[in-house]
Amino acid sequence: MIKLLNVRKGFNLGRPSEFMAVSGVTLALEANRVTVLKGPSGSGKTTLLSLIGCMARPTAGRITLLRSQLGGGGPLKSGEAAEIEVTSLPERFLTGIRSRTFGFIFQQLNLIKGISVLENVLLPAYPLGEKHGVVRARAEALLDTFGLGDRTSARVEWLSGGEAQRVAMARALMNDPPVIIADEPTAHLDSKLSVEFMDIISRLKDEGRTAIIASHDPLVYGAGMVDRVIAVRDGMIEGDET
Amino acid sequence: MIRRDCGKKRGAARFPVRKSTLCLLLLGISVLLIGLMFAHARVQRQAAGPALALIAATVRDLGLTDLALFMEARYTRHLSQADLHSAFQDHPTALEHFPTGAIAGPPGRLRRQNGQLD
Amino acid sequence: MASWIEKQRSIMDFTVSSLLRRKGKNIALLLVYALVVFLLGSALFFTQAMKREAALILQDAPEMVVQRLQGGRYDPIPVAYAEKISNIRGVISAGPRLWGYYFDSHVGANYTIMVPPANPPSRGRIIIGNGIARSRSVARRHIMSLRGYDGLIRNYTVAGTIPSASELVSADLVLIAEADYRELFQFPAALATDIAVAVRNQRELPTIAHKVVAMLPDTRPIIREEMVRTYNAVFDWRGGMVMVLLIAALAAFVIFAWDKASGLSAEEKREIGILKAIGWETSDIITIKTYEGLFVSFFSFSGGLLAAYLHVFFGSAFLFAPALKGWSTLYPDFRITPFVDPYQVAILFCLTVVPYTVATIVPSWRAAIVDPDAVMRS
Repeated sequence: MIKLLNVRKGFNLGRPSEFMAVSGVTLALEANRVTVLKGPSGSGKTTLLSLIGCMARPTAGRITLLRSQLGGGGPLKSGEAAEIEVTSLPERFLTGIRSRTFGFIFQQLNLIKGISVLENVLLPAYPLGEKHGVVRARAEALLDTFGLGDRTSARVEWLSGGEAQRVAMARALMNDPPVIIADEPTAHLDSKLSVEFMDIISRLKDEGRTAIIASHDPLVYGAGMVDRVIAVRDGMIEGDET
Repeated sequence: MIRRDCGKKRGAARFPVRKSTLCLLLLGISVLLIGLMFAHARVQRQAAGPALALIAATVRDLGLTDLALFMEARYTRHLSQADLHSAFQDHPTALEHFPTGAIAGPPGRLRRQNGQLD
Repeated sequence: MASWIEKQRSIMDFTVSSLLRRKGKNIALLLVYALVVFLLGSALFFTQAMKREAALILQDAPEMVVQRLQGGRYDPIPVAYAEKISNIRGVISAGPRLWGYYFDSHVGANYTIMVPPANPPSRGRIIIGNGIARSRSVARRHIMSLRGYDGLIRNYTVAGTIPSASELVSADLVLIAEADYRELFQFPAALATDIAVAVRNQRELPTIAHKVVAMLPDTRPIIREEMVRTYNAVFDWRGGMVMVLLIAALAAFVIFAWDKASGLSAEEKREIGILKAIGWETSDIITIKTYEGLFVSFFSFSGGLLAAYLHVFFGSAFLFAPALKGWSTLYPDFRITPFVDPYQVAILFCLTVVPYTVATIVPSWRAAIVDPDAVMRS
């Protein structure tokens, strides 16, 4: 459903510190699969993730999404192409597609301090302008499924590592996205919590979602439900096992 | 940062009122109060008519020329009657020793006009 | 449309949460800001209301007062001048006035002693203003002693007090009979303090004034319009007291704005990055900052304005009383009639709300246009 064609991404272009994080990646990712990008730090996994998740534009190459897989979309209208080329879309549309299609879990979690758990989870829904009551109910239900139903008004600073991780997941799922993208999710978790995390991923897969995870943790890429492991090194694909 | 509780409330710790509702309500009340302020001023102005007329009548009967507001010195008490030199009557370099004299100097128009009539 | 409203409200929710996070700092900011608005608003309300009051009260003041000058200084005027002036065409009457100042060392206050043009008290009796009655605790039938210019102390019976409703013009008055006045001040019979002139047609006043000067070169006429304008100038917000306050207030605003505009903290920048990463657009971030600036400045403005109104019109501007009183020991007890000029309020609003809101938005602009993937890489 997501295709990358000869994608390259460079930073500080034209300056002495120029470097290519991703150099020539061609990839086709299927829906309803768990894919792990494996590789050491500096291999370009994070950059690849942000390209897949439409957070950044490639320096060269094309990225396409299958329209039917986009979140919040309806059936194909006549005259519309089956694929959308994301690289040529203007910023506004890209943000809209990204909000509804991808849910991000960052390595640093990136929760906003000083506001409550519930407000953090509600944040991705605000720009979409849905009715508050509906959105709030959804957020509370999500937090319930993660066992955080009674911590909704807690400040995020007072949560344990595992609880914070689950809040981040709930936030990622707020807009009901078909694709979850996670960057080194187990970096700050112990083995028990890492296993719990992968269980949640398994549940999401059963719900019909797609998961793309970047990790160099064996607990992640060695887990049972993982369908495909792509080895990344120096911005290029080294190996691809299913 | 002051630590409150850690938020371990049971079940219904839900906010019944949205923050934006409260905020908009406060905004609305503020605007209302300001409107009330204008209305009050207008009502009071009309109600004060007789009182002001009484004072105006006193002014007319007694032939007064000034408000009894700055009663420190002679030239501040009767501002409209003071000439330009009364402030310096003590000695020419005594610029100003009454506080209200600093607020109420001879107005420019009088200075200009008196140039013709003096 | 409904979704736009919903979106704005959600953004407002977040803005309020965000402001509440630094509760102490924001409340302090609000209070100080409101205080500045309060001072400025008080000064504005007071001067505007007093200006109007003075204009209304003095509209029946004598149409023209003729003074005599000696060596450029104020001197008593010969009574004979009055007849000469009354012969000018257009003059209805010209009557000599007797009034002067008496310094009472007991209270350290200056009284204005005058002979009223009509119904003066009988000899040996005086009518006093309410300010004097209060400061010397004197009432009807009491005796007040005044020391004359011949060194003798004379006793006068207080026949009554001028109603306190007119204190604004009469607080320090002592009404006395003419003979008593001349005796007390050793004032020659042929002289008067000045001459009050009544004319037929108001518009001819400047002409008549010129005629007076032409006829009597040692005189100086003051016409009613000038009397009222004096008070306009004193209370005019463009001049004097208010200007100083305005400059100080503006300086305070500029400091606030500068503090805001000198950049967002790293924490704030990070938060903006996170919001962008989870799907907020640049315009949404700008909206947050706009609301933030608007809420703080609007609540400061309305709080300060309402407090200023209460201070000036319910509290008779008591904070300004010391400045107006100066060193005098007498001060009139009066209620100012409310008068609010919407134009001034609008200017105050613009001065308060706009710079602060702009200063809140501008530094966020740079952070708001950051790429969403920057937060992933950090």
